[in-house]
Amino acid sequence: MTLFGLTWDYLTTASSWTGDGALLDRLVEQLLLTVTALGLALVVALPLALWLGHLGRGGFVAVNVSNMGRAIPTFALLAVLVTADWPGPAYFGPYGRAGLATLIALGLFALPPLVTNAYTAVREVPADVLEAADGMGMSGAQRFWRVELPLALPLVLSGVRLALVQVWATATIAALVAGPGVGAIIVSGFARNHYSEGIGAALVVAVVALLLEIAAASAQRIVRAPVGRRP
Amino acid sequence: MTLVAATTEPSCYSAFVNEWWCAQYVEDRHADIIAATTEHLRITVAAVLLGLVLAFPLALLARRFPRLESTVLGVSTGLYTIPSLALFPLLVPFTGLSATTVVIGLAVYALTILVRGLLDGLRSVPEEVVESAVGLGYGSTRLLLKVQLPLALPVLVASLRVATVSTVALTTVGTLVSYGGLGDLISHAVQRNFRAELVTAAVLCVVIALVLDVALVVLQRLLTPWTRSTGRATR
Repeated sequence: MTLFGLTWDYLTTASSWTGDGALLDRLVEQLLLTVTALGLALVVALPLALWLGHLGRGGFVAVNVSNMGRAIPTFALLAVLVTADWPGPAYFGPYGRAGLATLIALGLFALPPLVTNAYTAVREVPADVLEAADGMGMSGAQRFWRVELPLALPLVLSGVRLALVQVWATATIAALVAGPGVGAIIVSGFARNHYSEGIGAALVVAVVALLLEIAAASAQRIVRAPVGRRP
Repeated sequence: MTLVAATTEPSCYSAFVNEWWCAQYVEDRHADIIAATTEHLRITVAAVLLGLVLAFPLALLARRFPRLESTVLGVSTGLYTIPSLALFPLLVPFTGLSATTVVIGLAVYALTILVRGLLDGLRSVPEEVVESAVGLGYGSTRLLLKVQLPLALPVLVASLRVATVSTVALTTVGTLVSYGGLGDLISHAVQRNFRAELVTAAVLCVVIALVLDVALVVLQRLLTPWTRSTGRATR
């Protein structure tokens, strides 16, 4: 039987989906990791980046954070976290083996797109608009909430979308350090020469990635609509 | 009578000490390290070059037929969202457990960044420059090669830097099919809890990324001497 046939068999067998550590279990685990990490990163990054953008300071931080995030391999950071005494490979509640290490890595890799986009978004609000706001006698806070934030929102959201893609990818890679997520099935499939399992799980990861991207793009379109007057 | 005692200290990379940084490890295993670094560089360079070669016709096609632009960008962005650990297995039925699988997978990611860079770069060429070239009798090929591409270079190189740096990092994931360059060392280090090997491989990854990044900046400065006089740093 061909590899495609075996993969199809694997994906259409109920026991591949249900049961301990099967596809559904792992999928829920990975979605939980993604949502938690993205939420934490949003809470940390957005207030800071938006505030710096409002003040117009710390631009070099935004750019350098982004460049460093690209140069450090996700896999290497995960490996360091798992090999260290803390957080190490311990189980962490519903997040599975090496759950804490994975959450930290996911959160860190979500920061660059969030920080860079939010900062740039506020900085790119046209100067004449800001002058008009000042001329109308708006206070700094008013200017931020009524002018800068609404105008910056589309670009902030595209940062969130990038972060989501990044977090989902990193959550998959966590399996390379025996971590949680659907990636664990990919890695174990390849390690045991059960390629059809690895390829089947990879297909699931890819499809969910595309669905997340489509959902994020639609959410972005909905939010953008009222502010759509910008060129 | 003296007891037979261990005459030498355990080396800093023995399992009892397991230090994060160990020069002795680098010295003892330099052959492995060099082999992994070479493989890493080969895969990275091959993937970025393949991405660049594929990006050109796609970008030119998107420019010639504007309706295709959203399709080209949409498909490449879709592929970009697929995690590398999932993309490599999907290529395995076609290319097997080989370096080719890793190179093609990474080229797909580089392609997405480079097509955008090319399109943005060509768009940044001032309209009046194109018009005067046409007025001077430049045909479309000569216009592209002699005027548009050189002027698009700064934006193109910026995207090439992003693509290269992220490809260096992503190559490590190729360890899934046993062709991950330094990623193979990281993988081995995690399995054996071998800290010195892990840190050495990770540091080398970052160093390769930085060196290639600087090399591209230098290349751009050599290729576009006219941008220097503006005194503005090119990002």
